[in-house]
Amino acid sequence: MTTQTAHADDHHHEAPKGLARWLFTTNHKEIGSLYLIFSLAMFLVGGAMAMIIRAELFSPGLQLVNPEFFNQMTTMHALVMIFGAVMPAFVGLANWMVPMMIGAPDMALPRMNNWSFWILPFAFLMLLSTLFMPSGAPASGWTLYPPLSLQGGNSFAFVIFAIHLMGISSIMGAINIIATILNMRAPGMTLLRMPLFVWTWLITAFLLIAVMPVLAGAVTMLLTDRFFDTSFFNAAGGGDPVMYQHIFWFFGHPEVYIMILPAFGIISEIIPTFSRKPLFGYTAMVYATASIAFLSFIVWAHHMFTVGMPLGASLFFMYATMIIAVPTGIKVFNWVSTMWRGSMTFETPMLFAIAFVILFTIGGLSGVMLAIVPADFQYHDTYFVVAHFHYVLVTGAVFAIMAAAYYWLPKWTGHMYDERLGKIHFWWSTISVNVLFFPQHYLGLAGMPRRIPDYAVQFAEFNMISSIGGFAFGLAQLLFVYIVIKCVRGGEKATAQVWEGARGLEWTVPSPAPLHTFDTPPLVDDSLEHKDRLPS
Amino acid sequence: MASANYYVPHTAKWPIVGSIGLFLLVSGFANWMNGSTIGPWMAIAGAATVILMMFGWFADVIRESEAGLYNDKVDASFRQGMIWFIFSEVMFFGAFFGALFYARIFAVPWIGGEGTGVMTNSLLYPEFQAAWPTNGPAGLGGDFKTIGAFELPLINTLILLTSGWTITMAHWALKKMQRKALVGWMLATVALGVIFLFLQSYEYVHAYRDLGLTLGSGIYGSTFFMLTGFHGLHVTVGSIMLLVIAFRCMKGHFKPDHHFGFEAVAWYWHFVDVVWLVLFLFVYVV
Ligand SMILES: [Cu+2]
Repeated sequence: MTTQTAHADDHHHEAPKGLARWLFTTNHKEIGSLYLIFSLAMFLVGGAMAMIIRAELFSPGLQLVNPEFFNQMTTMHALVMIFGAVMPAFVGLANWMVPMMIGAPDMALPRMNNWSFWILPFAFLMLLSTLFMPSGAPASGWTLYPPLSLQGGNSFAFVIFAIHLMGISSIMGAINIIATILNMRAPGMTLLRMPLFVWTWLITAFLLIAVMPVLAGAVTMLLTDRFFDTSFFNAAGGGDPVMYQHIFWFFGHPEVYIMILPAFGIISEIIPTFSRKPLFGYTAMVYATASIAFLSFIVWAHHMFTVGMPLGASLFFMYATMIIAVPTGIKVFNWVSTMWRGSMTFETPMLFAIAFVILFTIGGLSGVMLAIVPADFQYHDTYFVVAHFHYVLVTGAVFAIMAAAYYWLPKWTGHMYDERLGKIHFWWSTISVNVLFFPQHYLGLAGMPRRIPDYAVQFAEFNMISSIGGFAFGLAQLLFVYIVIKCVRGGEKATAQVWEGARGLEWTVPSPAPLHTFDTPPLVDDSLEHKDRLPS
Repeated sequence: MASANYYVPHTAKWPIVGSIGLFLLVSGFANWMNGSTIGPWMAIAGAATVILMMFGWFADVIRESEAGLYNDKVDASFRQGMIWFIFSEVMFFGAFFGALFYARIFAVPWIGGEGTGVMTNSLLYPEFQAAWPTNGPAGLGGDFKTIGAFELPLINTLILLTSGWTITMAHWALKKMQRKALVGWMLATVALGVIFLFLQSYEYVHAYRDLGLTLGSGIYGSTFFMLTGFHGLHVTVGSIMLLVIAFRCMKGHFKPDHHFGFEAVAWYWHFVDVVWLVLFLFVYVV
């Protein structure tokens, strides 16, 4: 394939400089960078909150913070990490990579792309400002269950509206990604030739558009219940607080897949590259992703088995949830089969990808345990749940984001990152994250409830171990920040292909990728060098 | 005359204006709800900024469209954008319809003692008998009467259905390049939208003043006013959009084969129409 270098458009205007450049940009790469930088900043903010939580839980009794503030920390940590760190990171990766992977000149709706991003800082300004209100930040848990959430202070209305802003941003971002994938593919880039990262994002975008409005509806009902006399969640008026949980988790469960499907896509890019083999079972991967997305709409009540549902409903949601293990298992099988007899090397992205496969699977298996109704009665709202979703979201989603960052940083910056430091970051993170979260399984099984600042003394040792792991993991991420900054500022020059086994359109453009790529679409067909990645 | 390359604007100055506007608007609302006196002013400033942004942004887009910068691919992107936007709106209404169905099928019968709700009923609300409409065991908001389906709501249904027909006639006129008829049908559609809104507000006043039916009338009042209210808000937005398109038609915009702005608004209007039909069936009739 002929490489599409930056043949500077003759009609390009002089791009604005400084702050204006970032405020007004319509370029998918610049907006991608904005998303990623924002996400990293929020990751540190949310991480700082996690450090406060782990410091308080270091030993039994109340020492550092009062219980109200502790509750604010658990609530804000979740909101910041989910809506501020993980989701924007994936949108940033999609912005950077999807147009390059499908041979598009930019995102389909470049102005709206700018708006999707620039709503976010305002949303988080609003959310984080509640920390400085006299009544403090929201403290009812990120799920905002009524009636507790309705009793919050002044922060309540601000949180609701901040969530509305995040939702608007997510929906517009998702619409843009779907329109880009469906409409902007280069000639010959048929749906079943798309890289898996593109496929997983197509399905994720659909999920986002389907469920973010439902969250908006749920929190709007909270708002009117509190301020305008409605009784959606008030049994005295014929409503039902449990109804909130149903509506919320109709959003909430697909939301879990919104945070993991793009991760599946990333891992499906990285493992073939470093195994120097095409992805095993490409088509099966596509269908597995679609099945997971479909199932995600009919399993929500597994988050609320203990509210007292009719038996038939409990059984349905239990079985439907367990079925998800099948397409997920197909994915894990395919990743392992891709590595089988590959000529593997273990650069940092690959290390994170392999750790993802193992550790995400642990999180998936504890999820199957939680899906079993009678067992869930025991596990519900214990640290077992905390351990489960942190394996899925930290060693799953966050590890995949780390892997993606190392994998594509050379393409973004034109420099190789420091491989030695990258490996140190990997081992330090992987060991500490297990020290952090693995003991929490035992704490939960032994009955330690989540979201409580104090605990019985028999939980002391494992909490101390967990906290030590937490501090170490937090520190490791500062190293990550250093590695990224170092890579942006300089380093060994990266080639266009960067990785020996890398295939796909994004590796045909120079590194760093010029501001405009594929102004004229490339022709994609089976004769291209990356055909071994394509289904025959 | 449409350019061969996909049109990528080089800068966008309106989105950041929109972000500031949205921020002022919602933080104004939040302050307002918390009883702060600057709240309303912030909200008004925010709304004004958002409206300014929309004028500026759409003006840019219309200028570029009329200048022929948008090729078929750009057009297809706009179509994708609008389709998925409408889908997101469908899901937003879905949340409120979900609340209505859940309350009617599960929550209210359970409070009344059905199925697993036996103890709930006998311990908490022994007096309560499940029924619909209801304002719950506490009778929140006091006694109320509901609005009959086959009075004003039926007329409103016919009005919206007619407006679906008039906008289709406008589309045909546009395709045949009959400007006068096009503008006429567009204005007729706007007029029907406005009449609908007028009747709907009349109905609200009637409900509040004569029937005792308010937003505070338990779960019935909640679902009734939130569903019809959000629908009315969408009719309002749709009518404004129709009016803008009508003005553009008068100014000679759109060609028989290039009029996505028109179609987008027509799609939106049909969506609002369909929501009303579902609403008429499940809120008023059943
Ligand atoms: Cu779930």
